[in-house]
Amino acid sequence: MSFSFSLIAAVTAAAAVAAVGMRNLVHCVLALTLAFAGLAAAYLQLGAQFVGFVQILVYVGAVAILIVFAILLTRGSESANTPMLSKGWISGVLIAVLVLGVLIYALASSSALPRGIPPAPDIAVRQVGDALMRRFVLPLEIVGLLLTAALIGGVIIAMQEPKKPAASPEQGRAQRGPTDPTTHSHP
Amino acid sequence: MSPLPGYLVLSSFLFAIGLAGALIRRNAILVLVGIELMLNAANLNFIAFWRFSEHPEALTGILFVIFSIAVAAAEAAVGLALVISIYRHYKTTNLDQVNRLQG
Repeated sequence: MSFSFSLIAAVTAAAAVAAVGMRNLVHCVLALTLAFAGLAAAYLQLGAQFVGFVQILVYVGAVAILIVFAILLTRGSESANTPMLSKGWISGVLIAVLVLGVLIYALASSSALPRGIPPAPDIAVRQVGDALMRRFVLPLEIVGLLLTAALIGGVIIAMQEPKKPAASPEQGRAQRGPTDPTTHSHP
Repeated sequence: MSPLPGYLVLSSFLFAIGLAGALIRRNAILVLVGIELMLNAANLNFIAFWRFSEHPEALTGILFVIFSIAVAAAEAAVGLALVISIYRHYKTTNLDQVNRLQG
């Protein structure tokens, strides 16, 4: 267990605990960003440079900013004395502890874990791009389609609702009329 | 370089923390934060198993994580848009008060 791994693991675990345990939402997101950065450091330590930098770009850069903006847009609802935990929080903690216990037990009793340490793989970004463009080109296209659909869906869901949802009949007739409204503005 | 079980224990801990956050917090944004932590724990597992596998040149772990990050980003965008939409309807992000489907 090297010192750098212990440091990264301690920082990441503490930041994750703070991210779900603090009262102030902005502090939670700052701790979450620290946890994402710690995970990126773990990826870099494991020799996956491309994934480490993608983690920094996507999570530390984009997702954290997105969550901060969502907090900014929903800030008015909370006050200092509202309870932080939901009603059934004891069962939630029990379930989480149980899941952790099962995972640790499975790890401790597993015989499939490799004993030795294989030599570090020498993976260049060129090989990752090569695999993305040849062997995994269909999943890449599907992910592009998924991201486009998520973009359009996010915009539609979060779009400002019209102030008057039921339009008056005169407006409806005027919008359905055959004449172009721009011709009226230039008589 | 640390052996594999250290990373697996860290990943299990992150998953449990994310699960606890998703289950016990009232705020919808923090539930999404917990889900993001669980997804990241799974990604750490993929990278750790890829590093200690017998054929790391096959790149399967790295590519799975790249696609997983893309899907998680899409999920975060749509989830936060839903939270903003819920806030506009209910004027709250407290999940105990958003109970119209409770029957």
